[in-house]
Amino acid sequence: MIALLIRTPWRGLDRLLSDHEALTALRLSIECASAATIISLVLGVPLAWVLARVTVPGMAMLRAVVTLPLVLPPVVGGVALLLAFGRSGLLGRELDGFFGITLPFTVPGVITAETFVAMPFLVVAVEGAIKSGDPGLEEAAATLGASRVTVFRRVTLPLIAPSLLAGSVLCWARALGEFGATITFAGNFPGTTQTMPLAVYNALETDPEAAIALSLVLLLVAAVVLAALRDRWLRA
Amino acid sequence: MIDGVHRRAQPIGGGSPGPAELPIGRGSPGPAELPITPEPAAVAGLEMHAAIVRETFRLEVKCAVPPGEVLGVLGPNGAGKTTLLRTLAGLGAVTSGRVALDDQVLDDPAAGVFLRPEQRPVGVVFQDYRLFPHLSVLDNVAFAPRSRGAGRRAARKRAEHWLERLELSALAGRRPVELSGGQAQRVALARALAAEPRLLLLDEPLAALDAHSKLDLRTDLRRHLKGFGGPSLLVTHDPIEAMIMTDRVLVIENGKVVQQGAPELVARRPATQYVARLVGLNLYAGSLRASGVVELDGGGVIAANPLDQRDVSTAVAASGRVLVAVRPSAIALHAARPEHLSSRNVWSGSVAGVETLADRVRVQVAGAPPALVDITAAALAELSLTAGTTVWLSAKATEVEVYPHPD
Repeated sequence: MIALLIRTPWRGLDRLLSDHEALTALRLSIECASAATIISLVLGVPLAWVLARVTVPGMAMLRAVVTLPLVLPPVVGGVALLLAFGRSGLLGRELDGFFGITLPFTVPGVITAETFVAMPFLVVAVEGAIKSGDPGLEEAAATLGASRVTVFRRVTLPLIAPSLLAGSVLCWARALGEFGATITFAGNFPGTTQTMPLAVYNALETDPEAAIALSLVLLLVAAVVLAALRDRWLRA
Repeated sequence: MIDGVHRRAQPIGGGSPGPAELPIGRGSPGPAELPITPEPAAVAGLEMHAAIVRETFRLEVKCAVPPGEVLGVLGPNGAGKTTLLRTLAGLGAVTSGRVALDDQVLDDPAAGVFLRPEQRPVGVVFQDYRLFPHLSVLDNVAFAPRSRGAGRRAARKRAEHWLERLELSALAGRRPVELSGGQAQRVALARALAAEPRLLLLDEPLAALDAHSKLDLRTDLRRHLKGFGGPSLLVTHDPIEAMIMTDRVLVIENGKVVQQGAPELVARRPATQYVARLVGLNLYAGSLRASGVVELDGGGVIAANPLDQRDVSTAVAASGRVLVAVRPSAIALHAARPEHLSSRNVWSGSVAGVETLADRVRVQVAGAPPALVDITAAALAELSLTAGTTVWLSAKATEVEVYPHPD
């Protein structure tokens, strides 16, 4: 990080960053990472609840599948996504045929790749919180007349809120920095699927100074998010 | 049912209870004692006749609790007390049988009926209270009205009403972590009552409290249970709690109901060794002979005088099996065989152990029969008792309670 700061071409920074392509990449990155985090929340929280609470045979299998992307090289994830959602892929053919939706090399493709890689971070954090929570409180809520949905909304969710927040931040940060799966599944088209990490990689070959400037921006974003969350955690 | 209500209204003191109240003889299909009928059409209160099987454990309970009655559920750890409570709350299902509250069937696997916890008008006060740590006391109590569809403001108003009733208004803004054990217990009660249940379940509500708070809360809780109006079940393993706070007790051991009756009766005529230990009595099983003497199973004889003729005739008419209960303080210890005593109950034994209680000394004597004997510290010194000392025991026949064996 120090090396990055030392080598930063402070003088030309404004020129490098006002570059249209860089700004587009930054906006795309933040939008896609946020979208991936929201999708991860919607899918991941119920999934984490199921993993933590439901005890049926095959749960270990589901857990393995969900957490696989944590240890899978992202490029392999990208290849797997291509095989599944590619135009001639297992699911991609159906998506294309019935709905005319193609995911590879599109913005939704970027979001898909990022969600695939980043969601396990959220699931693991939330599952741990639900597991270590007291099911007795949920039982108590049920005896007070709360339906399952109400119990989840008014008891389970507030109690796991800190872990949920931490998991979301991890998920968002992972999605923001996602490289391998994105470039494999969504490609590297400036303006449509070129996210910041891809732009940094591109720039490093053509304009190293721009690469450093872009990296600095990513570092700044990460630092700001961390600082904001620290404040929240301290207040809570 | 009417009989039961009538009995509660009457103070049961020293008068010997009629045999109709004795919950004895349930081993053989006893028809009269249990007010359960197969078709409880217009019966109010809790009716349960069910078996609950969990892996290798089987719990069988048949009981009825009319509105306003507090039924104490006593039993050793693992007897099934908590399982019973959880089943009534809907946190578990019965395996067979039927549970009904007033005219509503809560659980009946044969009919395919099972009401989930949130569908039952059943309030629970858990042993560990289970207050929601992220909500204030007010919002904890407002939880039930909110869950049943009231708006935030209306729910809080309901909660305020309950806090006031339980004298907790001053704590409304606090978080559960800021409460003492006694306060948390009362908030848990307020929260359960705010749901306006028709059946109240309390799982060892005072177990987690220190001795001092227990004393205060016991009478307090008793008052609130009286004011509740519906049937309530209070699980406990504390005999004093059962005696003070309940109208009737149900003793469960190894998944079976071994005794049911008024607390005074259970304390005087325990049906099993567990209950006898709990209430601090020596209990012996034996056979009643025509001479009026009881031959004890473990050896030795004990005579009671006078024998309750109704009880004895019941026992003799059956198998002659009786139980004999003797208070530890009703037995005297002597260094030599007491010649001058008119008592017929004199036997010898050897001291197996000495334990100091608050204001007396409990001596464990091995013999036929073995006995726990309470003596004063002065008597202990006088007799110079140590383990192995041979002593003579005597018990007045008038202090011996003989009653039919439940099996």
